[in-house]
Amino acid sequence: MLEIGLSHYLSLAAILFTLGVFGIFLNRKNVIVILMSIELMLLAVNINLVSFSSFLNDLAGQVFAMFVLTVAAAEAAIGLAILVIFFRNRGSIAVEDISTLKG
Amino acid sequence: MFEALAFYVFASVLVASALMVITARNPVHSVLFLILSFFNAAGLFVLLGAEFIAMILVIVYVGAVAVLFLFVVMMLDISFADLRKGAMQYVPVGLIAGGILLLELISIFAAWQFSPEASKNAAAPTPEGVENTVALGRLIYTDYVFAFQAAGMVLLVAMIGAIVLTHRQRPDVRRQKVSAQNARRPEDVLEIQKISSNSGV
Repeated sequence: MLEIGLSHYLSLAAILFTLGVFGIFLNRKNVIVILMSIELMLLAVNINLVSFSSFLNDLAGQVFAMFVLTVAAAEAAIGLAILVIFFRNRGSIAVEDISTLKG
Repeated sequence: MFEALAFYVFASVLVASALMVITARNPVHSVLFLILSFFNAAGLFVLLGAEFIAMILVIVYVGAVAVLFLFVVMMLDISFADLRKGAMQYVPVGLIAGGILLLELISIFAAWQFSPEASKNAAAPTPEGVENTVALGRLIYTDYVFAFQAAGMVLLVAMIGAIVLTHRQRPDVRRQKVSAQNARRPEDVLEIQKISSNSGV
């Protein structure tokens, strides 16, 4: 219990990932909170990568965690930009309105 | 002892704030709890000896991504009460899906261990006696330089994409046109009229 091993970090990341998945179900209408849930899931993946990197003495995991961070930042920027132009066009951000988009 | 205490503090605050992110009624509170969870994850990374990733997490996520979220949440005038209507009907299916996923992940992690050869397969073994940031820098700019450049390209494309998406030309706005002002000559717009005296204009 007092000895913190790899399985502690992996369990924490599993809980965090599950919370992210659950958040997508819970906030099915609100795109902003869905994007935040995706950020939580990516954070869980990063915790996995960094803990493996630390316990296996392999730096490559931290390099990949950095790339995941990069892609997550790009994804958030593009996602929020799409959200802003969608809100300008429709005046709402409900997911069921987005599914009516064509062309 | 101290490490275990720190781990449990960071982990419990992280999980609690992640729970608040997905359950908070007000998305502004969600963003603030997201920032809290990022800070705690950065603390965990420091515990794992990955200081550079921890600092990057604070700078990139808290400094850029979370502020971007906050900006968008506050800029869009949305009735969030309507968005939460009917959300409770998805709780059972979400709990089932999430619970199954959690059970599977935990059962994998509980029954799983490294093979003895795993440590020999390290792609980039952590060098001894070198700080984390120095070691990462030596690695990124040598072995992973192409991946690093590709990451920069991803960010460039995202930046251009976000600008192109949100930029709009508004025809109804009258702007100052400096070139038109400079190109204007007196002979184009001024005319000298001969007015006969004592008759008025």
